[in-house]
Parts: sequence; structure tokens; C-alpha cells
Amino acid sequence: MEEDAETRKISSSFLRDHSYATEAADIISTVEFNHTGELLATGDKGGRVVIFQREQEVKSKNQPHRRGEYNVYSTFQSHEPEFDYLKSLEIEEKINKIRWLPQQNAAYFLLSTNDKTVKLWKVSERDKRPEGYNLKDEDGRLRDPSMITVLRVPVLRPMDLMVEATPRRVFANAHTYHINSISVNSDYETYMSADDLRINLWNFEITNQSFNIVDIKPANMEELTEVITAAEFHPHHCNTFVYSSSKGTIRLCDMRTAALCDRHAKFFEEPEDPSNRSFFSEIISSISDVKFSHSGRYIMTRDYLTVKVWDLNMENRPIETYQVHDYLRSKLCSLYENDCIFDKFECVWNGSDSVIMTGSYNNFFRMFDRNTKRDVTLEASRENSKPRAILKPRKVCVGGKRRKDEISVDSLDFSKKILHTAWHPSENIIAVAATNNLYIFQDKVN
Amino acid sequence: MDTMFVRGLKRKCFDGEEDIEGTLAGIKAIPSYNLQRQSLLDMSLVKLQLCHMLVEPNLCRSVLIANTVRQIQEEMTQDGTWQMINTQSTGQASLDRLVSTDILCRSSRDQAEGKHVPAYGTFNKDFENDQAQDSSDTMSTASAVQAPRNLQSSVWEMENPQENKGNFQKSLDQIFETLENKSPNSVEDLFSEVDNSYYDLDTMLTGMMSNTKMGHCDSLETFSSSTNTASNSNCKSDLNDLDHIVEILVES
Repeated sequence: MEEDAETRKISSSFLRDHSYATEAADIISTVEFNHTGELLATGDKGGRVVIFQREQEVKSKNQPHRRGEYNVYSTFQSHEPEFDYLKSLEIEEKINKIRWLPQQNAAYFLLSTNDKTVKLWKVSERDKRPEGYNLKDEDGRLRDPSMITVLRVPVLRPMDLMVEATPRRVFANAHTYHINSISVNSDYETYMSADDLRINLWNFEITNQSFNIVDIKPANMEELTEVITAAEFHPHHCNTFVYSSSKGTIRLCDMRTAALCDRHAKFFEEPEDPSNRSFFSEIISSISDVKFSHSGRYIMTRDYLTVKVWDLNMENRPIETYQVHDYLRSKLCSLYENDCIFDKFECVWNGSDSVIMTGSYNNFFRMFDRNTKRDVTLEASRENSKPRAILKPRKVCVGGKRRKDEISVDSLDFSKKILHTAWHPSENIIAVAATNNLYIFQDKVN
Repeated sequence: MDTMFVRGLKRKCFDGEEDIEGTLAGIKAIPSYNLQRQSLLDMSLVKLQLCHMLVEPNLCRSVLIANTVRQIQEEMTQDGTWQMINTQSTGQASLDRLVSTDILCRSSRDQAEGKHVPAYGTFNKDFENDQAQDSSDTMSTASAVQAPRNLQSSVWEMENPQENKGNFQKSLDQIFETLENKSPNSVEDLFSEVDNSYYDLDTMLTGMMSNTKMGHCDSLETFSSSTNTASNSNCKSDLNDLDHIVEILVES
């Protein structure tokens, strides 16, 4: 059927490639491909970072269509739980965000952050080791100097590959509130970190200073009605960034205009639909994620029920709005009661900015093709997909007769939420974090 | 997940077939809009309070809930519900009552004066201050009021707890008198006054009888549009949960 073929175009018959469960069964809190897509980093609630590397493509006649799989490359503990003695509060070690730096030499660099501290990690390989020291023997024991009669030059000999992660910079003590976003600038020299009320600009080389570029803290905290929810630098213009708020607005700022970017250059807000107004209107309009398109021409925002695409040149409304799970609109009160209404879903672009993806409940995630206007719902679960099986589109039944393969709204599992997903920068490979499992799906060739 | 409102209600699994008998047997009057709104307000205040017991409250969530509370109270002020209840219970001039709602909408000048800004003003510090004050507290109303006093004045930070205490306390007393409706002085009464149907807010716009697994707030979903006749199924509230709620409020 023609319809099926088009649906397949988006999902392109995604295969379940691999599913990884983290050892400690910790909830995955962030997923990010690096700029080439060779590496995939995940952060979890326990403060650990696990990096997967794509193996070289195997072209054998047995499996002509087999693409490189992702295998664990490095695991390290990025953040530890801390205690803030001033406030008598624990600081969670949960990794909120990971952002890769573009690769400039043999080593890989990434930023990882918890609520308070950003760290720059260097991940490097070691596959040779020096042998033949003069002052110590191969076990590392010191040799008796009087026994040394000959001097030799140590030589490098191959060893088993070892991947080391070392913290190169720690950017601490700059945030009173919880960091929700970090974003590397296109100049590759600076990056920003955003918390609920402030955004700071850092230089990678300087850890004891940062510039505050946005501050929305009111003089009187009782007047606080709006917080920053996400922020990102423009992919090409190093002076431009956007930040979103809990009131459903996006502000674009230009750092050239002033040191403190409290005045926005552009203000994106969609007028409210008065017919849809309820006590939950504000909560569901709160933006949980904002992402520039790769082209830099559009921004995508995620609020509770929709994904919106905005043209940077048009501030008064988005150019596209996609319903993620509108069937939840009538359940908002229950979702408010069980706190699900505060879940922060992320959204991602594919490499060509033609398809956008975001998560939902019941381990469902949704893809929207911006050109064909087709959308698909897929499920990330072990039970419903064998390895190499093609993912079957899912459907939620909103009322009336439920067909055989459909799921009714009332049967949805709200504890199974897909908040974090990532899309390979150039290929149709996606990573989906379902609680403590990571799923990687690849496009089926042909 | 917030399990506080989990009730041991029997739920029918909705498979597209409706139990006609159950429908007829369970028809009750839908909770009025005012009651629904009141329920939402109560729930929101409890949520704000609960978040103080966590390690460090999620600021975004707190702000959104507080905005919702403010919105409800503004609406209640506008349609006179607030004022009316206040007049009935205390018989005082309505102007005073309007002032009390300003606490949430705007901060009073009195609170702003004479403040110093500590580097890290936090709710935790204020909490300790408030606890110390409790012994000299002359309020006779329920401890539920005390806990929200902490939260209203220190939802995020309070710059100078001592000076704000007097104004805030008095105003919040008034606010919470309205929550307790007519006369009840105890938290138990607060909850018992609420219609049982609050706990079973399966009222749907379309009159669907399906019981959701998710919760009881479906009647509140109708806020944005006019409610058609809808029916409630006959479900009981779980009073054990009420006791649990009471315990938490009293202990704070």
C-alpha cells in the first residue's frame, strides 16, 4: 500500500540493533552522539558516563548490509554526590546533560554536568606503553642504582587498547540553581551553562571565572513567576543563542549588544488559544527543550503536548506544530496529580532537518516528517521487538472501538517515559533511552 | 510518582464496553465548578508543601504550581467567591480580604522594606526559623496553615524571614480560613468537608463512564469548557489516605 511505503520512509524500517542495559540499572538521564556519530555518550542518574563507539563497517559477503554496531568504549564516573553544607542539601550526581566538543586531535572531549558543576573530560586511547626503564623494572619496583651497569633507551611497545577518561577542567561554584542546559559555542572556545534563573558564559581554559549573560532572578523572589528551562547557542553564529522559559516563550539574544543579555533581540511566543484555556494551560505550555536546526534557520521547541518548529524570522507563531500525544489533553488533571505533567521531554532533529523526533509515554516515541507531514509512533521495548526486527508502528486508541493492535489511553504506562533521544548527525541511526535501557535503531538498507 | 492520592478504588478496565448497570447505579451530581476548583487549589497547595520535604525542590515545578495557585485565587477573587466566603465567616470588611490575596500576586511593600539579601537565602534556613516561631504561635487554626505559611513565604527563598512573618501569617490565616470553608478547625474537617466525589473525578465531558487508571481528576479537565451532564460512578474515598495526609501536615 502506498501509505505503508511512505510510513516506512520515515521510520525506514528501523531495526532494533542492540539494547544495552547499564550494569547498575541506573536511569539514563542524557544521550548524545558526537559530531561524527562515531561515538554515543550516555549519562545516568548515578553520575556515570558510558560511551559507545561504532565499530568499523564490516563488509563481508555473509552480511552485506550489516552496519557498524555500537559497543561500549569507555565508562567512567563523572560526578559524585555532594553535600552543600550551606544549604544542608544534597547535590545529586545525576548527569543532566552531555555535550561533545568537535574533535581536534586524537583525543575526544566532552562536557558533562550535574545540577551544579560542569566538567570537561578528555577521553583518549592508549595502545602503547614504554618498556625498558632504567630506574625501575617491568613490575615497577625500583632497581638498585648500584646494580645498573648499562643505560638503555625505553621503547614503546604495543599493548591492549586502553581507553582513559581524565577530567581536564572542573567549572564549579557558578550556579545557585540547578543547571538544565549546556551548549558549546561554534567558536569552540566558549560554552554556556544555564540554570533556572541565570546563564553563564565560560571559556574552556578558565575555570575560576564565568560571565553572567542572562539573569532573570527578580529582586524579590516572591515575584518569581518564570524560569529558564533550556538554552542553546546558534550552530553557526557564535554571538547568538536562545533560551526558553516555563511560560512557553523563547528569547533569542545577541551577545554583541550588551554584556548582560537581559534584553532579547527576538521574542517568540504563540498567542494563546482562548478556547483551550484551562488552569493547566501554563503548565503545558512550559517548554522543556529547545534545539536549533542544523541549518541554523529554525528552532524546535517541545512543550508537554506538542513539538513546534519556529522560523527565526517569524516571532509571532511557529511555522509548524505537531501533536505528540493530544489524547492526554483530557487527562491533564490526573497527570498533574501524579506529577507526570512536569516531565521534561526532549526533541531532536535528524541530520538533514527533515524529520524530528521526540518521546512519549509507554516507551513510545514519535517521528514527524516535515516534508510529507507523515508521522509514526514506535515503541522501544524488548518484548515487542526482537533483534533485527523491523519496528512496527503503534497506535493509541482514543475512544470508541479499539482495534486489535491498538492501545487505549487508559492502558498506557506512565512510568515508562522516553525523555531522551538522539539522532546520528548524518545517518538514520537513533538512540532512545527508555528508563535504564538504551536502544539503538538503524535504518534498514534498501 | 506522587502516591499520596492513590486510592484503593476499584477500577473497571475500559475495553470499549460500558457497564450500563453500573452507570445507572452510579449517577450522582457532578461536583460544581467551584468545588472542582477548590480541589485543584488544595491539591496544588499540598504539592507545594510536599516539595519542601524533598532534598531540593525543583524550582520550575514549584513556580508552575504556585502560578496555578495564584491563578485560581485570582479567579476566585474576581468572581467573588473568595470575598463572599470571607465575609460569611468573619463578617469583616471585604477590603481587608482583598489585601490578603495580594500576597500571592504581589509582594507587599512592608515585606520589601528593610531587607538584606543574604548570599544563600534558602527555604531550609527559613524552615528552622519558622519552627522556632511555632512555639509562640497563637494561631488556633490547623497546623495545615502553619506549613503553608512556610511555603508561601519561602517557596523559593525568603530574604528576611523575621520581618515578613507578621504580615504573612495574618494574611495566610485569612486565606486558609476560606479553605476550611465554614467552620472546621482541624485538618480532618478540611478534608471531610470535601465531597466524596472529589476523589472520584471521573466525570467526563462526554459522559463516558469509563474509569481511568490514572486518577480522579477528570471532572477538573472540564474547566476549559462548559460541562455537559456527566455522571459519576459510585466510588468511595479511601480515608486511610486522608489520615496519611493529615499525618504529614501535622508533623510539618
